[in-house]
Amino acid sequence: MSADGAGGAAATGDGLICFEQVTKVYGQGTGAVRALAGIDLRIGAGEFVALMGPSGSGKSTTLQIMGCLDVPTAGSSFFRGLDTATLGGDDLSLLRRNYLGFVFQGFHLLARTSALENVELPLVYRGISTGKRRIMARTALAAVGLSGVEHHLPSELSGGEQQRVAIARALVSEPSVVLADEPTGNLDSGRATEIMEILATLNRQRGITIVMVTHEPDMAVYARRIVRFKDGLIVEDKTNEAPTSLRPPRAVAVSP
Amino acid sequence: MILLQAVVIALRQMLKNPLRAALTTLGVMIGVAAVIAMVILGRGATADIQGQLAGLGQNLLFISPGQPGMGGPTRGAAHAFADGDADVIAKSVQGLRAVAAVTGSPVRVVRAGASWSTAAVGVTEDYLVAMKWQIRSGRPLTDEDQRTGAAVCLVGETTRQELFGAEDALGKELRINGAVVRVVGILKAKGRAATGMDPDDTMMVPLSFMHRRIVGNDDVSSIIASAVDGEDTSRIQEDIIALLRERRHVGPDEDADFFVRDMKEIEQMVGAITGVLSSFLAAVAAISLLVGGIGIMNIMLVAVSERTREIGLRLALGARARDVMLQFLVEAMVLSTVGGLAGIVVGLLGAWGATRQFGIPLVVDGPVLLLPMAFSVVIGVVFGFLPARQAARLRPIEALRHES
Repeated sequence: MSADGAGGAAATGDGLICFEQVTKVYGQGTGAVRALAGIDLRIGAGEFVALMGPSGSGKSTTLQIMGCLDVPTAGSSFFRGLDTATLGGDDLSLLRRNYLGFVFQGFHLLARTSALENVELPLVYRGISTGKRRIMARTALAAVGLSGVEHHLPSELSGGEQQRVAIARALVSEPSVVLADEPTGNLDSGRATEIMEILATLNRQRGITIVMVTHEPDMAVYARRIVRFKDGLIVEDKTNEAPTSLRPPRAVAVSP
Repeated sequence: MILLQAVVIALRQMLKNPLRAALTTLGVMIGVAAVIAMVILGRGATADIQGQLAGLGQNLLFISPGQPGMGGPTRGAAHAFADGDADVIAKSVQGLRAVAAVTGSPVRVVRAGASWSTAAVGVTEDYLVAMKWQIRSGRPLTDEDQRTGAAVCLVGETTRQELFGAEDALGKELRINGAVVRVVGILKAKGRAATGMDPDDTMMVPLSFMHRRIVGNDDVSSIIASAVDGEDTSRIQEDIIALLRERRHVGPDEDADFFVRDMKEIEQMVGAITGVLSSFLAAVAAISLLVGGIGIMNIMLVAVSERTREIGLRLALGARARDVMLQFLVEAMVLSTVGGLAGIVVGLLGAWGATRQFGIPLVVDGPVLLLPMAFSVVIGVVFGFLPARQAARLRPIEALRHES
């Protein structure tokens, strides 16, 4: 099965994200914790990958290193062919700014700041003019079905709506990769399904690469590839032949 | 990131917690207001004194025994001028309009039911001309008064007011340190200076009377010479020095035991004194600006700690360390600038009120307002630096996980 996964990555192009023997150790001396014990992983453009595993298995660390928020202790992680360990803090910031979008379990919206302005935030760092930012943020909110709440504060929105605002913020800068860390962890199953549908649609329609950490098998089935972690190692890497979100469109496509 | 955006964010942060922002800016506001008020008052007082000195004209020369101190009064014991020195100067030096010999003494003036302490000056008749005093009523001191040592006096407006109030003073008798004198003239008021100097708090008696009945010797403590308009005062100064060196037996290699100052020197001296005073006051006020800066640093450190997750998020969304640094620096600068602007307003109002109270001219120019303003912006940068660097050094993941 893992061979199929690797084959899928190769088929979709050069490795957008490529881990070679990545090790991550937190702390030093006797208190040191090894979060990743040397993993190899390739993710190609356009993939939808779920990272699964128990707490402390290394999946979140993997996501952080993919997101250029952290660098490996040993081994190499490449993003778009660049070895992130050789890059400085500013270069990593520029990679995040230009190619990456993040969705967090806790939403991480700025309080007392409207939905629209929260979505605009990544564009500020790209130096995009206020007027253009407004338009782009409105479009992104519309894409997640949130037209009409532009001027609501996060505290006036439900959890599911807040996470959709966060997704709009992740995709407003037209990233090549969206990294989602337990995006449905704080939501009930109905809202969780909505979020997963949105992520699956982004992947399918816009070709955005999505890497998602999740505990929940119900959510992982939306992905086309599932990588399982245990004790800092990858124990399984398989292709999901029938991703959940692909069923209805297929059914529609087949019926005529 | 664009600077403007940082300013917008900073202003928004201030609005989110207006009380905190107001209290933080209060320190800077007080500092800037204090500096501005002190500098304006100092300048006003200087302008006021200079105006009074200018009223005396540019062609006065003050001759005093001793040696000039460092901008202060005479230093070292030196024998006074002799009775005839002023006359000899008047006769020998060309281009002088008036030469007056002066001996001053603090006195207690008593009149039935009233008494007043003032500075009496024993003067020769040229004194009124040289110092531009005018007589409001009565007559000036005469040559005759001088020769006979007549027990007569002229009173300044303040002295008159204190002793006579609404009564007519002319022709009335006063006792000065026990001697009885008759008021023959009332001086026209010159007006009180803002600095508390009151030229009208005075009285004048003939020098000979002063010598015999009040001080008990015949020392002349200073000579005032007034040049004819258009004459070269430095030439006259040299002539006087040469003459007095001879009369006082100063050898060619010795330092003179007297000195001559013209109005320019006196103006400079007064300017130096008021300058030192007002810079000192401004320096004390500047310390409060510094304290305001520390207040800003304090509140910015709190803000960085409160907004750690926000900083983490911004880093994740592509902010560079320098973008975060800039934002917090700008926030500190906005706080201090708002404080500085408020300080300008309050300082100006305070200076305006105080100058009206003291009757000093309000001297305001650009640098007086802009320097403390610039200083407060610098305070924002300096005291904002530490918190901003702390924010910029946060690691994105740890900042995102921070429990606030």
